Amino acid sequence: MELLLDSLFNGIAIGSVLLVAALGLAIVFGLMGVINLAHGELMMLGAYTTYVTQLIFKLPILKPFYNSYIIVSIFLAFIVSGVVGILLEKTIIRKLYGSPLETLLATWGVSLILQQFVRSVPLAYGTGLVISLIIGLFLPASFPSKIKESINFKYFKFSSWIFAALTGVLTGSLISSSVSKLSRASARNVDVTAPSWMRGQVEIIGTAFPKTRLMIIIITLISVIAITLFLNQSAWGMRIRAVTQNRQMSDCLGISTEKVDIITFGIGSGLAGVAGVAVSLLGSVGPNVGGNYIVGCFMVVVLGGVGNLLGTVLASFGIGIMTDLIGAGRLLSIWPDMPLPLSNTINFFATTSMARVMIFALIVIFLQFKPTGLFPQKGRMVEN
Amino acid sequence: MSLRKIKFDKKIVLSFWIILIALIIAAPTLLPVFRLNLLGRYLSLSIVALGVDLIWGYTGLLSLGQGIFFALGGYCAAMYLQITSSSEFPNNIPEFFALYGVEKLPFFWEPFRSPVFTLLAIWVIPALVAGLIGFLVFRNRIKGVYFSILTQASLLVFFNFFNGQQKLINGTNGLKTDVTQLFGQMVGSESMQRIFFWITAILVIAAWFFAKWVVKGRFGNILIGIRDDEPRVRFTGYNPVIFKTIIFSIAGGLAGISGALYTVQSGIVSPQFMTVPFSIEMVIWVAVGGRGTLLGAILGAVFINYAKSLVSEALPASWMFIQGGLFILVVTALPEGVLGWIQGDGPRNLLQRFGLKRKIETYPSLEVNNKEGNNE
Repeated sequence: MELLLDSLFNGIAIGSVLLVAALGLAIVFGLMGVINLAHGELMMLGAYTTYVTQLIFKLPILKPFYNSYIIVSIFLAFIVSGVVGILLEKTIIRKLYGSPLETLLATWGVSLILQQFVRSVPLAYGTGLVISLIIGLFLPASFPSKIKESINFKYFKFSSWIFAALTGVLTGSLISSSVSKLSRASARNVDVTAPSWMRGQVEIIGTAFPKTRLMIIIITLISVIAITLFLNQSAWGMRIRAVTQNRQMSDCLGISTEKVDIITFGIGSGLAGVAGVAVSLLGSVGPNVGGNYIVGCFMVVVLGGVGNLLGTVLASFGIGIMTDLIGAGRLLSIWPDMPLPLSNTINFFATTSMARVMIFALIVIFLQFKPTGLFPQKGRMVEN
Repeated sequence: MSLRKIKFDKKIVLSFWIILIALIIAAPTLLPVFRLNLLGRYLSLSIVALGVDLIWGYTGLLSLGQGIFFALGGYCAAMYLQITSSSEFPNNIPEFFALYGVEKLPFFWEPFRSPVFTLLAIWVIPALVAGLIGFLVFRNRIKGVYFSILTQASLLVFFNFFNGQQKLINGTNGLKTDVTQLFGQMVGSESMQRIFFWITAILVIAAWFFAKWVVKGRFGNILIGIRDDEPRVRFTGYNPVIFKTIIFSIAGGLAGISGALYTVQSGIVSPQFMTVPFSIEMVIWVAVGGRGTLLGAILGAVFINYAKSLVSEALPASWMFIQGGLFILVVTALPEGVLGWIQGDGPRNLLQRFGLKRKIETYPSLEVNNKEGNNE
């Protein structure tokens, strides 16, 4: 019983990382039919945001609040990755609408650039750049509508970009002069240390659970609930669901699909950032950190089907629990005296990499019966 | 995508071929060994690019997993070389087996003692694997991005498998070929490398003609039909699954040949051939050269890899930026690739923009109708 509980918890922990990472991907894929290969790199940005926040909170002014940096970094990571995602949508993805394969390639290019950017630009200036992007994109939107509708709005926009650039440069150099670790570019992996209240273990029903894992499960839970509420209760959520179901018809009925695209892509990318915070708690953070998770996320999207959050949730927990069952060879400990050929097979697959092989084979077999995933979208079109 | 074919004079074509053959024969004497070896490798990569062009440029299937078949071909060739030159090691099996305490050659390597079997296996095994993967995926009408990410996932699966199995295939270390013997000579030696260069050059030309033959005629038309409107092909009575499976396994076979040639020239095959970035790079060679133009795939593979080695020698950090920019640029600004742009209306539009060539003043549809043959 204890073993089973242990296995279940481990599976849920693996699955919740997958879930929070795949959530954004699934929403964007459902809405725009676009697979964002830079999703892993947006996660990486989130992880680096955690690292930068941690270092900034070590400064004397913020030292008293050090323990809460992880909470702050969740919001910051959401904003940072979201803004980069919005920029990506505005500059590249919008142009490629209707050709998903080309988008796939272009986003791969973006991911290469982001990886190299983190390697060769000091993090302090990267932070400055992101801050100026945030100001530049959001300041014009926050003007009163009287200014927005005036003919001189472009000058306001232009000057707010100048203001944004100046602020970015200033904060960049401020950070680089005060935190020496951020002032040099380095390709080495960095480590995020969890605050003291998150170290150690908690005991639930006689089994010890690491607190970081528990924290990740909580982050995931909150993200899923927030997204579900947003999609089902808010006006924009309704618009997003409408466009997901039928883009042309929603457009005809006066929904600005352009805005819906931006908002969805921003939220999806922001969720990648939140996933990055979770990932940074699990191991060291490097430019390639996203690549380890991204294919798992794709599998979740393929398995879960499009346009249904329940499918994504079930798929990621299913994959997580299966990974743990196969990869740690738990079936053997649950049923110790199984016949020899079977136990040999299970031992053969009882490593993390071989578990992936097995799970992929299972997914392909599953797709033979349900090619469109667990919860396919209903419709009468031949193709979509 | 309608491309006008430029018709050349027969004399020009003939002299082009004579110059090409002369260059291939003379290349080993003109180039230093290092550069010759690089050129040979890039030429062998252009064979896998031809395969990518067949499935992506002509059939519209974006595979991100061609590395599987590439590496499989490489492993077949490398294992044959290792086995034939293992007579001085204990148990007459390659040296690395002894490290993991394996005393008998694993049964599936047994046939690789025969050179004929190996030469067949290099392309038949990847083609069969590709056919199987393709059939399982296409059968369910899985396509588009779903197909792409499934191929990418299977690439990762193969990578994990090959990386983890030390006892069967030397795991992450891979199989070395440059110190093995073939016909009493070291494979890594200069004279052998020269021969491999010539073999590669001949095979590239052969693969080019083969690919041309494949896309010519009704078979090629159906491929293009699948790319442009698959339901319509199906409603006309063709079964796209068969055609897609065939072309995917042809591309797999080409990738296998390419991998084997690349392996003997680079001296090693390892699971690194199955990493995700390498397989996506194959797509960008075709995209830059011009998808749907076979020559573009060859030129794209050779030139981009050459540029990569030059840039990496000078500024190692900047190649990732350049490559990333290339992906974005070619997709947004030059979707037909360089050769497609030249064969299409690109140069004419550019000249018009500079005012060098005047726009045709007639109604534009007149020109279109004339070209297509007005038969309405």
